[in-house]
Amino acid sequence: MATISSSVPATRAPIARRSLVERIGVGRMLLYPAMLYVILVTQIPFVLTIYYSFRNYLLNRPDRDGWAGLANYQRLWDQVRDTDSAFFAALINTVVLTAGSVILAVIVGLFFAEIVNHKFPGRAIVRTLLITPFLIMPAAAALSWKNLLYNPNFGFLDWFTTTFIPTSPGPNWLGDYPLISIMIYLVWRWAPFMMLIFLAGMGSISEEVREAARMDGATAWEEFRSITLPHLRRFFMLGSLLGTVYIFQDFDPIYLMTQGGPGNESTNLSFLVYRTAVSGSNYGLASAIGVVTVILSIIAVTYLVRLLSKVFEGELSDGR
Amino acid sequence: MAANATTGGTTVDSRFGTLVVPENRRSPLQRLFRRSGVRKDSAPLPLAITAWIVGLIVFFPIFQFVITGFKSEAEAVAIPPRLLPWPGYEDTSVVPETIDIESSAAAEAAAATDDGLDLRFAPTLDQYRTIFDLEFGSFFFNSLTATLVSTAVVLLLGIPAAYALSILAGARAPNALFFLISTKFLPIAGVLVPLLVIYRQLELLNTLQGLIILYIAMNLPIAIWILRSFFQDVPRDVIDAARLDGATPLQEIFQVIVPMVRPGIVATGFICMIFAWNEFFLAAFLAAVGNSTVPIFMLQYVTGEGLFWAKLSAAVTLGVLPIVLLGWAAQGQLVRGLSLGAVK
Repeated sequence: MATISSSVPATRAPIARRSLVERIGVGRMLLYPAMLYVILVTQIPFVLTIYYSFRNYLLNRPDRDGWAGLANYQRLWDQVRDTDSAFFAALINTVVLTAGSVILAVIVGLFFAEIVNHKFPGRAIVRTLLITPFLIMPAAAALSWKNLLYNPNFGFLDWFTTTFIPTSPGPNWLGDYPLISIMIYLVWRWAPFMMLIFLAGMGSISEEVREAARMDGATAWEEFRSITLPHLRRFFMLGSLLGTVYIFQDFDPIYLMTQGGPGNESTNLSFLVYRTAVSGSNYGLASAIGVVTVILSIIAVTYLVRLLSKVFEGELSDGR
Repeated sequence: MAANATTGGTTVDSRFGTLVVPENRRSPLQRLFRRSGVRKDSAPLPLAITAWIVGLIVFFPIFQFVITGFKSEAEAVAIPPRLLPWPGYEDTSVVPETIDIESSAAAEAAAATDDGLDLRFAPTLDQYRTIFDLEFGSFFFNSLTATLVSTAVVLLLGIPAAYALSILAGARAPNALFFLISTKFLPIAGVLVPLLVIYRQLELLNTLQGLIILYIAMNLPIAIWILRSFFQDVPRDVIDAARLDGATPLQEIFQVIVPMVRPGIVATGFICMIFAWNEFFLAAFLAAVGNSTVPIFMLQYVTGEGLFWAKLSAAVTLGVLPIVLLGWAAQGQLVRGLSLGAVK
């Protein structure tokens, strides 16, 4: 199954009155259309992915169709041990890109939230400016970054660095540092999201506590470190969980900015599935990579959810 | 008309259609994330200046594509970059239309014509005319259709489901909720190949219907989560009163609950629209040929020949406009939706 099934046994609540029985019946009727739709559209393809991953399924060689056993997985396992392989690169790049972007976006987002959480002239405008990157269509943003900012000859960043730092050679951003360039773009896109989460968190810190800290002579930094930061713990968790889920499977910037290159330098798992299926026409192998991607994602999310629920339980038992 | 109706400790402010729910009626999650407002203290001047500078830097890439959409193709690659729209300005130093943007020699030649730091350019609407000649309009219309239809179906299926999972809330509700959200944690890569096979079989490849079917499945779990969080704000007394009056569950949903949580439903719709409008992976995989959505229009500029930055920028500007306006208007609701109802 593609779901992370909960280990809590489904116990029925004791049903006392007949009207309640009816209500639960009605509840099913209201819930099932949506559930069925989701199961039909997301789970059936996933079961098929698992099935295809055990088959030889090459679009251009129909004569070779057939049961492959673990051959596709064997091929991936061989690639894991070969540091020059596409799959190895995709594994490493996915982890680096996800972890790096999420951590940086959280830090930058926290900085954004802290600076717009004070009253100053035009605060609402600055807040709006900072939110906007997250609203921009990823395909549009990735293409305009690739050309208008990152182009090694005519891009703004090249002009800016060579003009204001005369000794700089003006790096070829996407050519020489593809992963870092994509990461910078992802942080630009996700820091606003983190900012929104943190702003909600900062809004729930009572002004009296801040007041008291200032009375005790706390500096702005001390106030931030010992009041704001501890209070934001669960917001950190929430932001990084959602950021991880989305960035882990991100495809748009890689496809649009670098096509996974140069070589495999910026190929991640989502892009590798696409490339293996569409350019390579190897549906069996692409399915196997898809299954591995899902398993890795489940591991990452389960770990984060555990961490999250631990944090939540801790807070709840504080008697709040 | 009375501005406030009080039912058992819960205040319904009918002027704004918002609910003021007592603290103890909120879900534990909502209580955790409750907010009491912005800080009252003013920022010292350096911090205010920093905030403005940071805001402008973050916004710069957006500013850049907006102005580039109003340049000629030659001005779009001019060095130094033309940043100031200057109606009536005549530029004599721009590079010819035929240069290769991947060539550094061309860049050096362009830089050689550099006449100091003249950043002006004369704005033009030519690029907008060009992209509409390239059928941008029908791509835009397709995006609009996919977004609106999928969001309408999501709300139609999602509202009853969210009602069942919040107000009726049987013992299995947590499992159903967990199942729904776990489908969002699945990378799309895990279902791509079968989708391609099934869609080819059903002749849904390169069709708008095919995309709409997937956008519904993509947004339904999110919508149910957000809607559920809004439904939990509906005071129990109101529901009990409706039931005493003999309301059927459907009446209860559409005559009692939906009017009360209308802002929440609108916010949920906004979030679904943002995700559907901006979606690229599925569109590129299953509908990249022919008349598709706005992101697919931009695909023709991935390996563009010759000069295309101004045309690309015009398409980008128009393509992002609806969602940016929507997002700006719904700023207050954005965080609750994006955090699936956990953060208010």
